[in-house]
Amino acid sequence: MSTESAPAPQSGTAEDVKQGQRIAVSALTTNLREYGLIIALIVIMLFFQYTTSGTLFKPVNLSNLVQQNSFIIVMALGMLLVIVAGYIDLSVGSVAGFIGALAAMMMVIWPLGIFSNPLVVSIVCLIVGALIGAAQGYWIAYHKIPSFIVTLAGMLIFRGICQALLGGGSSVGPLPASFKALSSGFIPDVIGPLTLIPPTVNAAGKTIVGSGLTLHMTTIVLGLVAVLAYAYFGFRTRRKRERHGYEAEPFPLFVIKTLVGSALALFLVFQFASYRGLPVVLLVMGVLISLFVFVTKRMTIGRRIYAMGGNAKAAQLSGINTERLTLMVFINMGVLSALGGLIIAARLGQAVPAAGLGSELDVIAAVFIGGASAMGGVGQVIGAVVGGFIMGVMNNGMSIMGVNVDWQQVVKGLVLLGAVIFDVYNKNKA
Amino acid sequence: MASTILEMRDITKTFPGVKALSNVNLSVEEGEIHAIVGENGAGKSTLMKVLSGVYPSGTYDGQIVFRGQECHFKGIHDSEHIGIVIIHQELALVPMLSIAENIFLGNEHASYGVIDWDANETRTAALLKKVGLKEDPKTLITNIGVGKQQLVEIAKALSKEVKLLILDEPTASLSEKDSQALLDLLLEFKRQGMTSILISHKLNEVSRVADNVTVIRDGRTIETLPRKDISEDRIITSMVGRSLDDRYPPREPQIGEVIFEVKDWSVYHPIHAERQVIKNVNLNVRKGEVVGIAGLMGAGRTEFAMSLFGRSYGRHITGEVSLHGKPLDLSSVSKAVENRIAYVTEDRKTYGLNLIDHIKHNVTLANLSGVSSRGVIDDMREMSVANDYRKKTNIRASSVYQLTGNLSGGNQQKVVLSKWLFADPEVLILDEPTRGIDVGAKYEIYTIIARLAAEGKAIIVISSEMPELLGITDRIYVMNEGRIVGEMAASDASQEKIMRAIVRGEGKKAS
Repeated sequence: MSTESAPAPQSGTAEDVKQGQRIAVSALTTNLREYGLIIALIVIMLFFQYTTSGTLFKPVNLSNLVQQNSFIIVMALGMLLVIVAGYIDLSVGSVAGFIGALAAMMMVIWPLGIFSNPLVVSIVCLIVGALIGAAQGYWIAYHKIPSFIVTLAGMLIFRGICQALLGGGSSVGPLPASFKALSSGFIPDVIGPLTLIPPTVNAAGKTIVGSGLTLHMTTIVLGLVAVLAYAYFGFRTRRKRERHGYEAEPFPLFVIKTLVGSALALFLVFQFASYRGLPVVLLVMGVLISLFVFVTKRMTIGRRIYAMGGNAKAAQLSGINTERLTLMVFINMGVLSALGGLIIAARLGQAVPAAGLGSELDVIAAVFIGGASAMGGVGQVIGAVVGGFIMGVMNNGMSIMGVNVDWQQVVKGLVLLGAVIFDVYNKNKA
Repeated sequence: MASTILEMRDITKTFPGVKALSNVNLSVEEGEIHAIVGENGAGKSTLMKVLSGVYPSGTYDGQIVFRGQECHFKGIHDSEHIGIVIIHQELALVPMLSIAENIFLGNEHASYGVIDWDANETRTAALLKKVGLKEDPKTLITNIGVGKQQLVEIAKALSKEVKLLILDEPTASLSEKDSQALLDLLLEFKRQGMTSILISHKLNEVSRVADNVTVIRDGRTIETLPRKDISEDRIITSMVGRSLDDRYPPREPQIGEVIFEVKDWSVYHPIHAERQVIKNVNLNVRKGEVVGIAGLMGAGRTEFAMSLFGRSYGRHITGEVSLHGKPLDLSSVSKAVENRIAYVTEDRKTYGLNLIDHIKHNVTLANLSGVSSRGVIDDMREMSVANDYRKKTNIRASSVYQLTGNLSGGNQQKVVLSKWLFADPEVLILDEPTRGIDVGAKYEIYTIIARLAAEGKAIIVISSEMPELLGITDRIYVMNEGRIVGEMAASDASQEKIMRAIVRGEGKKAS
């Protein structure tokens, strides 16, 4: 399949073969680069699976892993757009802490009547997050104040407000159970459990925890639907490209990719199903990730953000309102920081002054490990998500191994540096 | 009595694919003011870069002999060391440092790294007196005007024990008064025995101060005129004496009624609010017509075009623009695009392309709504658009997924053109559309321009290459210092006429 419009050379079957090989090779190399990160994540997971003697992939640990890191991933989605647009946001950890404190005060301390309902509080908090993003974005977009400075100020300001709200060093809680479900809940099993192996019963007539195998069927069904949809849409896009006469990756590669991806997904789904089902926060994360992939890959606003980060002047001279776009990127970041704050508070069950402290660095690291460029214009949502998980798995794995927290930081720093060096080296070679 | 201070013999400098200088000879007498004139791109600046060591010895052929010794400069440091100092068109001063700090930057009076500020400032005061600048040495550069900054550059040159001072277009951004003062200063230096080389477009200045004039054209020395033979007419003939061959595609203009009109357009400088950059410009373009704007660098042509295009340059913009007799709102770029005006920038790398993205994304950027519905991009539609324009403008690339940063200048220019063609403009402003691209690609760009005109678009071409304007346009406006100083039918125009309009600020009215 060739994109050339000129009449193909009649004589050259050998040429055609060569052309085909070229396409295959280039598809393979670009794919390797694209999937290198996912492969790295899998290798890291296998490594810790080995060093923790199989603890990492235990269903209960996988659930923990997701619940511990979800707020990083959620905020990384916003940070990806910020960094692609050519900016940085240092305030996200403080904003998350502040929003957590605000939510706790509204639900527990302030006499708000029905407005202390967790749903209402959450919505109010997301709106406050949007306002914070707008306030910071306004200075960055319309007054050209460097984002580093504006958000550094924001980092100090919102940490301060967070601590002031909580009245110094105290924590506020406990938060209502229905709110905590955001982080520590699991989706209800509307279909009903399926017991494959009945749990063993001990002498006292009680079941032994962790024995037997009961599957959370709603999780299984959701997982199957997601995997089928993934395969179907992949196949459909491919067909469409072929119909229009554009080169697609070689079919075997496509099949392998889809099969491996599906198998991995199904394995994880099975692990979750054999514990308590899909964590609510994973569902929230999944929806958000899909949304952001769609926005960045398929929507004009996503395209404009990449163009602005790649060359702001050229984007502006192409009719893109770069100021408004910048504002929107920061509003989005504010909303996601607020959501991150809610997730943290829900997981802890209370608001603490140090909530989210330093998490901006984890979030930024996730985005850069994921291949985003510090100069803007380059970066992928999936990359940022995988980057977040790489950080998370390392945290989790090293904790299980009993590695000292100080040394965990050293290792994470080295991984960040290594990932970016690898990326830069790769790009220069290409 | 006068001896030769500098001799450049048979200088040849090639860049990949282009011969910028070929066998250039230059001989400068001790104590004279030697002017070098030539069109933009003739090779003047390249020659000076060879002389000052920006292009180190070995990257060019030929000999440089300074005060009887052959020189092999490895860098600017070497040339400055023996007293050759060049002052570039773009001043190299640090805005947030003081005059004294700038003058002795890298060359401070210091012992063991500790700067003796008193010595620096005393010496600076003496130097400033020499160049006639009444400013405190502690004044920050950013707080003085361009004219005074130019004098600071000269003072800086004097601090280096300069034997040969080279000024590249020193008056390009100066007012008339500042220019006169600067020229007087040069004459004063001459009386004191200093030798200077003056590169200038402004022939009135050249004929006022120069003892000898060397004319460079197409990378060759054409001739050196002694003082008694210097006249503007003589220099102009020598500068542009080149025949037009068939470097331009044939075309039969089908010119209709006036569709695009600009009235009384005035623009002020974005930072120096008191400086009027564009002064009451009036122009119009007819359907199917290619209109050129001629002028030298700094004439205000780009500023004019960008201020039209969504107010992308300047402030306090006044004037009216109409399309088909209806007034147009061009207050933002997106409105300009909506109103079917397009501007193809002169600086494609800075203002035209996202170099880290591929052809496909660049082509559709100015008209994303053309490949999307409700904000969702139709990948297939975008693909076929990109391939379509790649074909139409003959972009040579392995596929539309090639990064634009890896394309040649000509192909990059075609991507920028494609982007604006896909936005479907009625009025297309092309700013230096063939700058820095090879002859073959130039011809292709001319062909595209001719085709667009045949489709009934109104086209404005800004170009510093006069043969190009004469070759592809139907009518030419001449701009100088922000004013339209001439208008002529292309059939009636010649390089001499354009040059005359520029240097004398008076043009022949079109018939």
